[in-house]
Amino acid sequence: MSKEATATGILGLAASQTVGPFFQIGLEDLYQTDLTVPGLTATVITISGKILDADLLPVPDALVEIWQANSFGKYAHPDDYQDKPLDPGFTGFGRCPTNSEGAFQFRTVKPGSVPSSTEAPQAPHINVSIFMRGLLNRLVTRIYFFGDERNGADEVLSLVDPARRSTLLARPDPPCPDAYRWDVVLQGPHETVFFDF
Amino acid sequence: MKDHCVPALRGYRKPAPGIHPPHLHPDYVSSRKRAPAHPLVPIPQTLSETTGPSFQSHHLRAGADLTVQGKEAPLGQKILISGRVLDEDGKPVRSTLVEIWQANAAGRYRHLVDEHAAPIDPNFIGKGQLLTDDEGRYQFRTIKPGAYPWRNHPNAWRPAHIHFSLFGPAFSTRLVTQMYFPGDPLLPFDPIFNGIRDEAARQRLIAMFDWQTTVPQEALGFKFDIVLRGRLETPMENRP
Repeated sequence: MSKEATATGILGLAASQTVGPFFQIGLEDLYQTDLTVPGLTATVITISGKILDADLLPVPDALVEIWQANSFGKYAHPDDYQDKPLDPGFTGFGRCPTNSEGAFQFRTVKPGSVPSSTEAPQAPHINVSIFMRGLLNRLVTRIYFFGDERNGADEVLSLVDPARRSTLLARPDPPCPDAYRWDVVLQGPHETVFFDF
Repeated sequence: MKDHCVPALRGYRKPAPGIHPPHLHPDYVSSRKRAPAHPLVPIPQTLSETTGPSFQSHHLRAGADLTVQGKEAPLGQKILISGRVLDEDGKPVRSTLVEIWQANAAGRYRHLVDEHAAPIDPNFIGKGQLLTDDEGRYQFRTIKPGAYPWRNHPNAWRPAHIHFSLFGPAFSTRLVTQMYFPGDPLLPFDPIFNGIRDEAARQRLIAMFDWQTTVPQEALGFKFDIVLRGRLETPMENRP
């Protein structure tokens, strides 16, 4: 074991491996593409997109998971210390496999702002994990919302090359109001920004 | 230091280099068109990364005994896989969702895109779910999966393995991995297993045969502990 490995913790971490092509067997029971529950006061939105590889070909065997705050900017988690209301039944978790066209879709609410590492407000965003055959480790990214005035001061967006920030923005997808489009390009000149933390 | 009464945010330790495989691992051919070419952008951990989904028993459908999901017992060597889910400090990760899936004893998945000519076992679905207990313990009862061929390179065979998906307490601790079996002759040739650069990290994905949990006349026991990212000591370390 390398020195670095022992320095970071007492026990050795389990390494990541690919989800492979057959994850449906084990993961489909918890597929959740509609995060909405009765009683939400916020506007319901949809976010649709495709996962595309280096040749811009659709990836038909990816799994997209999302984790988000509710419309008040509160995560359904004990470590969220904010004095903001929870929505009963709104878990903030979604899981959707891509179809034969590489497409996925979630129905949810636009999250509210949550604090950054310096307690400044972050722009509304949804946290995304992407798993697939060919990826030995998940990819992590975020969905922000095009045109939100809070994007300009967002801590995480400010760490991204301005030329690549647009890859993180879900755009209105007319004619449907409250429909957003967000595609993921895995590799190449239009590559989506992926994070490490 | 910040001067207010908001609880300090403690992030999770970054994995040491070499433990998680790189996204681009050319020996694993399908990584070539799917791995990002740009470096990952380091970001601080915020509430978005230090929180994560949780699950309750009513979310579960499959159960932890994969040998009772058909009308009769599935074919194959019955095994028990037992272990604990811990963080790097050895603290149990309680009530966390563990999902597994696997091929049957002949090396065939119950899935439309599996073209391997080995037979489907009508009595085996190959999925399990549970929540860890207060000590982080879990146990699945299943059959040993078979090895199977794949198209990565000429005469490529995957070693016998079981897929594991875990959440842990936060978005930062999410993990999908695979458990392997001791003494599998295919391990040195598998580009997925060998995508892990760190030798000790590779060895940790191999379960140990275990007499303690071996059930006389019934099932072989294997032990497989899973360690997820632990928390940083102080909030000030929580920078990219």
